[in-house]
Amino acid sequence: MEFVAVQFLNGLASASSLFLVASGLSIIFGVTRIVNFAHGSFYMLGAYMAWTLATRLSAGPLGFWGAIIGAALAVGVLGAALEVTILRRIYRAPEMFQLLATFGVVLVVEDLALLIWGPADLLGPRAPGLRGAVDIFGQRFPEYELLLIAIGPLVLVLLWLLFYRTRWGTLVRAATEDREMAAALGVDQRRLFTAVFFLGSVLAGLGGALQLPRETINLNMGFATVVEAFVVVVVGGLGSVPGAYLAAFLIAELHAFGILVFPKITLVLIFLVMAVVLIVRPHGLLGRPFVGLPASVVSPAAVLRPSSPAARWVGAIGFVALLAAPFALGDYALTVATEIAILVLFAASLHFIMGPGGMVSFGHAAYFGLGAYAAALVASRLAAPMVAGLFVAPVVAGLAGAAFGWFSGRLSGVYLAMLTLAFAQICWSVAFQWAELTGGDNGILGVWPPAWAAPAAAYYYLAVALSLSAVLLLRRAIRAPFGYALRAGRDAPLRAEAIGIDVAATRRIAFAVAAGSAGLAGGLFAFFKGSVFPTYLSIPRSVDGLLMVLLGGVNSVSGPVIGAIVYTGLGEQLVRFTDYWRLAMGVAIIALVLAFPEGIAGFAARLADRRRGAPAEDAR
Amino acid sequence: MSVLAVRDLAKSFGGVQALAGVSFEVAAGKMQAMIGPNGAGKTTCFNLLDGQLRLDAGRVYLAGTDITGLPTRRIWRLGVGRTFQIAGVFASMTVAENVQTVLLSHRRRLAAFWPRVADLYRDEALDLLAQVGMAEQAERSCGVLAYGDVKRVELAMALAHSPRLLLMDEPTAGMAPGERMALMSLVAGLARAREMAVLFTEHDMDAVFAHADRILVLDRGRLIADGSPAEVRTDARVRAVYLGSDAVAEAG
Amino acid sequence: MLRLEAVHAYYGRAHILAGIDLAVERGEAVVLLGRNGAGKTTTLKAAMGLVPVATGRVVFLGADIAGRAAHEIARIGIGYVPEDRRIFAGLTVMENLAVGRQPPRRDAPTWTVERLFGLFPNLAAMRDRPGGRMSGGEQQMLSIARTLMGNPRLVLLDEPVEGLAPAIVEEMARTVLALKREGLTVLLSEQNLAFARLVADRAYVIEKGQLRFSGTMAALMADAAARTRYLSI
Ligand SMILES: Nc1ncnc2c1ncn2[C@@H]1O[C@H](COP(=O)(O)OP(=O)(O)OP(=O)(O)O)[C@@H](O)[C@H]1O
Ligand SMILES: Nc1ncnc2c1ncn2[C@@H]1O[C@H](COP(=O)(O)OP(=O)(O)OP(=O)(O)O)[C@@H](O)[C@H]1O
Ligand SMILES: [Mg+2]
Ligand SMILES: [Mg+2]
Repeated sequence: MEFVAVQFLNGLASASSLFLVASGLSIIFGVTRIVNFAHGSFYMLGAYMAWTLATRLSAGPLGFWGAIIGAALAVGVLGAALEVTILRRIYRAPEMFQLLATFGVVLVVEDLALLIWGPADLLGPRAPGLRGAVDIFGQRFPEYELLLIAIGPLVLVLLWLLFYRTRWGTLVRAATEDREMAAALGVDQRRLFTAVFFLGSVLAGLGGALQLPRETINLNMGFATVVEAFVVVVVGGLGSVPGAYLAAFLIAELHAFGILVFPKITLVLIFLVMAVVLIVRPHGLLGRPFVGLPASVVSPAAVLRPSSPAARWVGAIGFVALLAAPFALGDYALTVATEIAILVLFAASLHFIMGPGGMVSFGHAAYFGLGAYAAALVASRLAAPMVAGLFVAPVVAGLAGAAFGWFSGRLSGVYLAMLTLAFAQICWSVAFQWAELTGGDNGILGVWPPAWAAPAAAYYYLAVALSLSAVLLLRRAIRAPFGYALRAGRDAPLRAEAIGIDVAATRRIAFAVAAGSAGLAGGLFAFFKGSVFPTYLSIPRSVDGLLMVLLGGVNSVSGPVIGAIVYTGLGEQLVRFTDYWRLAMGVAIIALVLAFPEGIAGFAARLADRRRGAPAEDAR
Repeated sequence: MSVLAVRDLAKSFGGVQALAGVSFEVAAGKMQAMIGPNGAGKTTCFNLLDGQLRLDAGRVYLAGTDITGLPTRRIWRLGVGRTFQIAGVFASMTVAENVQTVLLSHRRRLAAFWPRVADLYRDEALDLLAQVGMAEQAERSCGVLAYGDVKRVELAMALAHSPRLLLMDEPTAGMAPGERMALMSLVAGLARAREMAVLFTEHDMDAVFAHADRILVLDRGRLIADGSPAEVRTDARVRAVYLGSDAVAEAG
Repeated sequence: MLRLEAVHAYYGRAHILAGIDLAVERGEAVVLLGRNGAGKTTTLKAAMGLVPVATGRVVFLGADIAGRAAHEIARIGIGYVPEDRRIFAGLTVMENLAVGRQPPRRDAPTWTVERLFGLFPNLAAMRDRPGGRMSGGEQQMLSIARTLMGNPRLVLLDEPVEGLAPAIVEEMARTVLALKREGLTVLLSEQNLAFARLVADRAYVIEKGQLRFSGTMAALMADAAARTRYLSI
């Protein structure tokens, strides 16, 4: 009993920390619609900066608390700087695109932190005056945790008052819905957005700084936190600050007790909970559906025009180059080319649901990984030929996609994206923990193609043939009636229903098709690498897919192809030439984002338009 | 027999009783107007008829068949077309593609993964667009049209599956007076030629009195009048709650 | 008070305004007429800074404001009511009004919430209703009220009576006349000639981004040929 009480209090303290980070994320997303991956990095920077300040300043309470506050404010300034220097330039880009830039920032911050603070874990000082513990039900409970428990609700109340009882809050909420109209009423939305970024980042920094006496500080704390914070924001309901607290509480307590009750599934517990919440309540616990606002986070794309003669030429030359590659490239380059060919299909499959479908997926790697595992299992357990493996891969992944589509029926926007993430994490943990079947962390090894496909060039041709055909089929589907039904559901769902389109069913089919294509890519990848690991379905791989699509341009059919080539090629090169490849990659991504706010393919299309003198009309 | 028959329709939003016990019929080939002050419940009534909102009580019959509570897309398939007060078109498609998409849905070909939409039902779509005067703009993106033009595209889309019943929520909003009349005449002509029943709302009284065969008047969710244009025009209650002194209508 | 001089504007590369010259004097109500797609909305947006002015000047109270940000233009006393209402759907009526609020100005009528509720009694009954749950006409009224909360010197009204019931249209006409009497200047775009005739002193007719007619309202009403030609009446 005593133990339970203390565990509960531990949970409450963690809930406060989580809430601080999540509320910052929620505010930033709510107002600017930016999915800010860098939020976790700010959290980490808050902790590191607090550590530096606390070890430099006097040891007394003034030094300690000064360090906490100072770190939070410094992170706030960094957040504002990010908004002013980078994000402000790309607000007009298709939504979700800003996510790319924030991901670039994540990479940069990670390497900079490594440069400044080194790879070792750091241990901070304890809070002066709160070093002791109190007796609760006969158990010792740290005083500092009690303080944390109080901070959460306090910040909750302050934020609520700020947003619902001040004019500033009203202006922020107005600008959230319609920036242009707010501006026409005299609201300086630029300053408002900078302020919002400052506030959100301060909360992240504060959340990180407050960890100083609690945990060691390391370079991984950011990523784990940002994912959890997203879960909290979505489970609570977008834009609902009380919801975020409730969800933080729920999740922190789940952590506290989950370890005791279900030790085996702690890794996925929060994702299971999120999945259940979203399926039962599509807008989170306390979120309300936006009235009169499209829930989709992808803005309507430009019209599909037939490809220009220039584009056809580029395509033809590209095709010849593909065929000639094995004669011109060395072995290493050919493996890179094979990998790119496979990832192009992965990106194109994600684009199919993201572009025409308007459904963002944060967990597309699930289908890639399922395909890979299906192929590997068929090959290794049943000793079936590779062809069988490559046949089973898309079927299994497609069925999984169809099943997912069935559950996700009523969801859209970020809620849908987070459910895809939950699904991917569940698949990942199954792959990770069902060791008897999947080999767990060790993966499945020895999944090699048969002799006829074993030479690098032979497998290259196989991968190109399958991937290219699948990509062309997807492309064709986008220009076929099905693609129009899908876009109709994205542009105006009510209108689509009013012309007889079953929007939910259309989306389900699209999901299954995209999942099947990703599964084929996964199957090809399994035989290409000769092995399969749980990382194939992990978040970083999903994020890779997302970045490829966004980099290439969501609104263009050739976007994912270009994105996959640039992104994989760039990564491959940078890793070879520098130890700080993350830094270089991050800077490269940010530069690309600023140079091509419509994605690379979008930019190319615009150039071609201009050359042709076609009427270039922009949808606002 | 009437194409549409509505019995005791009721709907409330939280505390607001948007519709309370409304009954009426619309006959084939007739233009029936539904007018009433802002917030009277007209749009709500349309949303109930085509299944976008769940009704609290009442029955809706389409040519004798009970369609109460069916989903929007089923009701559309049974022959009910609709235009929206705040126009909704597919912004990422051209004007022609918008209409083609409707035609494809009507022929149940939207599940196809192979044929190119560019080649499908194009002439038919252009015909429809020509009827509403949008043929020259067929290749423009719907996301960049002037508001009045969007409404025309919507009408072409609503007509594409030759509905038995056409619901139009302020179809001429945002148009010049002459164009309003032309558009309403077009619809009236089609209604007669195709034996299509039309129910429309409008705040432009010139259009209503020139084209309606019959007029329903809603006020705060209740039907306060149902009669010929002449009867409604002289109805004291209607003048009080809706028409006003007629200075505006007569000035035009 | 407001003068547009040879204003050109583009969407992408589509040339929408091809040299618009117009002037609105203090205390006047001027109407911009024209068919669908003529460029009325674009003209108002260009004045408001919502559409970039490619070449030409927009002079307000003697200063060139072309190229300034919309919020700055709003703060020097130009109010804008968009044709598609653009109510903040998640904010209540009171909050929508609060967003529009600006300090009073000496040379413009001062508005309070209560005064606006007197003007639009419908709104008074739904103070705490979210904007997304109002009928189209109610939203239109709220949109106008919200802009008036900024105590503008000049209001740009884009088809203000579209979708309003005739009795309310009449009410609006009376309101606009009352606003004028209080010293407010009005530039509106209209297709409803009846309404325009009740409130406007002068008219410009615009077609394909160019001015085709300019003169007093009376002159336009007398010129049947111009009306048929440009307005198809
Ligand atoms: N989703 C909703 N929630 C709450 N109230 C609503 C909702 N939708 C409409 N209402 C209210 O119901 C009433 C009827 O609205 P409706 O849109 O049907 O009016 P209308 O007759 O079409 O008016 P208008 O001519 O202005 O378009 C209005 O008072 C409106 O505020
Ligand atoms: N975002 C946009 N991109 C490209 N073209 C646009 C855009 N918005 C409007 N246009 C075009 O600009 C022209 C002028 O439009 P505008 O909205 O100014 O007309 P309007 O006179 O206000 O018409 P209405 O009476 O229908 O409101 C139209 O041809 C329209 O299609
Ligand atoms: Mg309505
Ligand atoms: Mg306009």
